[in-house]
Amino acid sequence: MIRTLPNSKAYLTGYKLFIIIFFVFLFSPLIVTMILAFNDSMFPSLPWKGFTLDWFFGKGPEKIGLFHDSINLRGIATSFKTAITVSLLSTIVGTMAAFLFEQEDFKFKGALYFLMIAPLVIPGVILGISILLFTNTISIFIEDTFGIYVKALSPSFWLVVMGQFSFITTIVTMIISARLRKFDRTLEEAAFNLGASKLEVIWLITLKYLRPSIIGGAAIAFLMSFENFNTTLFLIGADSTLPINLYQQVRDGSTPVINAISFILIVTVSTFAVVNLYTGKKEEE
Amino acid sequence: MMTKSKTRKIRWSFIIFFIPVALWLLLLIVLPHIELLRISLTSTSTDGFTLDNYKAFFLEPIYWLTFVRTAVYSIIVTAIVLVISMPVAFYITKISKIKTQGLLMILILVPFWVSEMIRVYGWMILLRESGVINSIMLKLGIFNQPIEMLYNDITMIMGLVYTSMLFMIVPIIGVLGSLDDSLIEAAHDLGAKKLAIWKEIIIPYCMPGIMSGSIIVFMLVLGSYLTPKLMGGKNALWFTEQIYNQIIVYFNWEQGSAFGFLLLILSSMIIWVALKLTKQSFSEVVR
Repeated sequence: MIRTLPNSKAYLTGYKLFIIIFFVFLFSPLIVTMILAFNDSMFPSLPWKGFTLDWFFGKGPEKIGLFHDSINLRGIATSFKTAITVSLLSTIVGTMAAFLFEQEDFKFKGALYFLMIAPLVIPGVILGISILLFTNTISIFIEDTFGIYVKALSPSFWLVVMGQFSFITTIVTMIISARLRKFDRTLEEAAFNLGASKLEVIWLITLKYLRPSIIGGAAIAFLMSFENFNTTLFLIGADSTLPINLYQQVRDGSTPVINAISFILIVTVSTFAVVNLYTGKKEEE
Repeated sequence: MMTKSKTRKIRWSFIIFFIPVALWLLLLIVLPHIELLRISLTSTSTDGFTLDNYKAFFLEPIYWLTFVRTAVYSIIVTAIVLVISMPVAFYITKISKIKTQGLLMILILVPFWVSEMIRVYGWMILLRESGVINSIMLKLGIFNQPIEMLYNDITMIMGLVYTSMLFMIVPIIGVLGSLDDSLIEAAHDLGAKKLAIWKEIIIPYCMPGIMSGSIIVFMLVLGSYLTPKLMGGKNALWFTEQIYNQIIVYFNWEQGSAFGFLLLILSSMIIWVALKLTKQSFSEVVR
């Protein structure tokens, strides 16, 4: 049944087989995508026509590799810019929200908490369209009353940031709250008794304690923003983010450049995961 | 004197924390959804509030059929994900060697940290008519001619299961990790069969993880756009595609808002029923 109990051979073998099939299912699409990034063919499919790096470095005219593909490079840059902005903003507000819900008491706290976790169960598409409609109404209102056109309120970079921020902040808040809940508040009291102000206590003691979860929250926020599709789809302006860009290319027929991008992303994420596990383990020790 | 100045300082910190959070929730969550509701109740052809957009939904079978289909498929996908995730989570926490646990966890996480777009693309390369599986099968002589394996409901369900699985596995691992092995050992020593141990100990213990996993998976599947669009059948839409078409393609924001609001009601209702059935509270489940 479990590792401490005697198990029949058939049970263990059967179970292992199931797990192996599961992992094959999990990885086959990724591995095939990565391998075909190096196929010397115009299409991301078999037969294998030999090894090439053209889909990364090719200068054209036949094969334009990723590093000479201005559309995809711009998509990656936009995604980076968006993800950095979103993770910065949502980490700041998420930390504040964690303090608010874990350390302050006020009327209607329960109701506000409910609102704070609501984005978890609102489909991303709906968040996208409701923010689109709302900002559009505001923008029309401002234009009618003041005669000013606010560009940030029409589909654009800042609208995407707002849309992603609206739900990513919830996740960051929950990550930081989980750690803040375990914080020993007698430490704060000790600092108060020694004459520290509230701000000093937060800055010198509580935030130091929260640091791993703040970094973790920021990293998750970056990742979620970088790959978000559903909310972004409705708020995008002229500059597409990478996932939207890829979607349009896949829909209209693709070249192995997409495999090259996938290869880079998969390798980056795997490295990130390994580093994360390694540092996480170190901290536990 | 002392206490007075202290309470005043604490109020200050409250205001500093409260304002950004309140602005976030008010401007990006509450008001946009009120606006969604308001616009769904208006129409370009008449002034004032009207229920026309909702009427259109119920009178036009293609709309509500898509809606029902999306809901039913989301429930089916959630159930399949649960059936696959339970044994996987159990293997990682209770059967695999303790040394390999960390590695297995990374292996599970990596595919899901990669963008959904890339995961779906991987399946398209594998399954399409000119795809990898077809070339291999033709070469081996198993297929006589290529078979289009994309663009049908079964493939779409598989794709949805694939893209949402992690969000079930992780919460279940979370609760299973704290399940004391000696409970299972005791049951085993007292002669309980595997099925009884699963039914009486493991599943009841995992219920919070199962519930939060199911809610997240259900929400993701219900609201997904990419997977049904790229892997599903060409003549059967997902409800999010319906919304996209109204808003972006036909520029009919009023109708699109009504659809959006209906999707919101549907998702909240199904989650509410699920929580009621298992007697759990929302705030507890999401923790």
